[in-house]
Amino acid sequence: MIRKRRQPLVGAPTSMIQVTEDVSRWMDHRPGPSWFMAFVVAVAALGLGLAAVAYQIKVGIGTWGLNKTVGWAFDITNFVFWVGIGHAGTPISAILLLFRQKWRTSVNRSAEAMTIFAVMCAAIFPLIHMGRPWLAFWVFPYPNTRGSLWVNFRSPLLWDVFAIGTYFTISLVFWYIGMIPDIATLRDRTKSRIKKFFYEVLSVGWDGSNRTWSRYETLCLILAGLATPLVVSVHSIVSMDFATSIIPGWHTTIFPPYFVVGAVFSGFAMVTTLLIITRRVMNLQNYITVGHLEAMAKIMLLTGSIVGFAYATELFTSWYSANPYEQFAFSNRIFGPYGWTYAIMVFCNVIVPQLLWSRTIRTTPALLFPLTLLINVGMWFERFVIIMTSLHRDFLPSSWAMYTPTFIEIATFIGTFGLFFTCFLLFVRLLPAIAMWEVKAVVAHEHRSPEGGGHG
Amino acid sequence: MVKEYLFGIFTDETKLLRSVRRLRGEGLTVQDVLTPYAVHGLDDAMGLRRSRLALVTFFAGLFGLILAMGFQFWTSAFDWPLNVGGKPANSTLAFLPVTFEITVLIGGLSTVLAFFLRTRLRPGAKALLLEQGITNDRFVVVLEKGHPHFEEEKARRILMETGTDAITERSIVYE
Repeated sequence: MIRKRRQPLVGAPTSMIQVTEDVSRWMDHRPGPSWFMAFVVAVAALGLGLAAVAYQIKVGIGTWGLNKTVGWAFDITNFVFWVGIGHAGTPISAILLLFRQKWRTSVNRSAEAMTIFAVMCAAIFPLIHMGRPWLAFWVFPYPNTRGSLWVNFRSPLLWDVFAIGTYFTISLVFWYIGMIPDIATLRDRTKSRIKKFFYEVLSVGWDGSNRTWSRYETLCLILAGLATPLVVSVHSIVSMDFATSIIPGWHTTIFPPYFVVGAVFSGFAMVTTLLIITRRVMNLQNYITVGHLEAMAKIMLLTGSIVGFAYATELFTSWYSANPYEQFAFSNRIFGPYGWTYAIMVFCNVIVPQLLWSRTIRTTPALLFPLTLLINVGMWFERFVIIMTSLHRDFLPSSWAMYTPTFIEIATFIGTFGLFFTCFLLFVRLLPAIAMWEVKAVVAHEHRSPEGGGHG
Repeated sequence: MVKEYLFGIFTDETKLLRSVRRLRGEGLTVQDVLTPYAVHGLDDAMGLRRSRLALVTFFAGLFGLILAMGFQFWTSAFDWPLNVGGKPANSTLAFLPVTFEITVLIGGLSTVLAFFLRTRLRPGAKALLLEQGITNDRFVVVLEKGHPHFEEEKARRILMETGTDAITERSIVYE
């Protein structure tokens, strides 16, 4: 059998100096007009969101379209959506590191950044949902003056606090630790005194000592090992917000794995969307290669198919349960007044990803890009379908109601996109968006003479 | 205190590894090797022991586990038991998610802290041994001149023979 020759992991960069130059170019020079245009749009969206948040905090969450029947809608939909988006960063940076997948090196940094910004966006929604966000610290168990009244540790909503808090902290630390050697590289080459100070503080005196490297690699592996189960735990716990209730359509044991797979699916779609733009705008086609996009497309194909399977399982379970409420919840999902959202969900999440079987689509960024956008839309609708269709027609037909988002809710959602893209655009300007030291190791390995000791 | 160093500068990972192995093989002590990325095989060549950071993770995680489980039991079942939907106050299963998260959080943060303490990296610390290009594309073998096992001629000879690009000397003032 003839073995196919392995594709190179990165494109043209042939020397370590070139890697440094290519990646730091964005931090050395003024960005082009496309960056500024994107930044203005992102900040405008952020401004709109801030105004909406300020207004709803002043007036109260009566500004939302919720009613007695539909007590959760846009807020939790968007929360679950954003947490899910965050779930691509950790698999790329942690799980692929544990599996020694070297192709991750040029995409992991931006994926991790995406995780952090997405979790920030997610956290905004429960915070506002509380109604009095200045009392948000009440969710933490601290000795208070109201008698020794503690938080309810048996509530999934409190589990969320700990899950999201830990996930955010560990992801942030992992992201920063991974950047230290690259920040040191920037520190040593920058001419600007302000930047030098900034990078000097952040690089914590990194000198490239192998004694440090040795411990550093151990640290990265440990953090990856810790972050991997976190990915599973976070979205499982988010799903338990629903699964531990007794609402038909929510009260199912399939929720934790179904949510985790959906999260990875939407996260990879978002990371692919971002990387297709980043590689084009920042001229990094040699680093974020078509091979990377194809690998991510394959993961989307796999997770998308599992998501489709989960939808089918849900339908089967509701029929097989012989529970009239459960059966009604699902027929209402598909044929009820929100049936069109179910149709969008199935189209975007089940049918569209099947196009990824085609190699041409996987390897053509122009075709892959709209596809990832559709998946993002589909996954947003998935959360909307789960939350809305289960709530709006509950056990009592007399209390059935419809829900329409208000302008304030839509503006808040747009605002989180503004926050996400503002953070991401600043990130690519101020910090190395490609893990230079990891790419250098791969470049050195690919161009090395056959003798000498062993890179995995 | 002033320390004198001899730096052997390399641009090739393979030559660097060969050089470090030879230096140690001929009885010299390699103080450190500065590299732009983690060179695999260098730990063995330098004779470094495996890092014990994982032990920190384990014990800190264990501490987190006991702390989280104990605290939840104490608050929910002893200090102020609340009847929430008739659920048992001391239900261990309900405490697992928070316990898991706190275990990971304390385990992870302690490992990071231990890493910083052990490597003496901290904001504002100066990189003393730094040589031009080291964080870019140069590999530097650091030999301490004052070390009892240091023989200048031998060191220079081995470095030359193994293909060093340059040899420089540095003195560093430690406070």
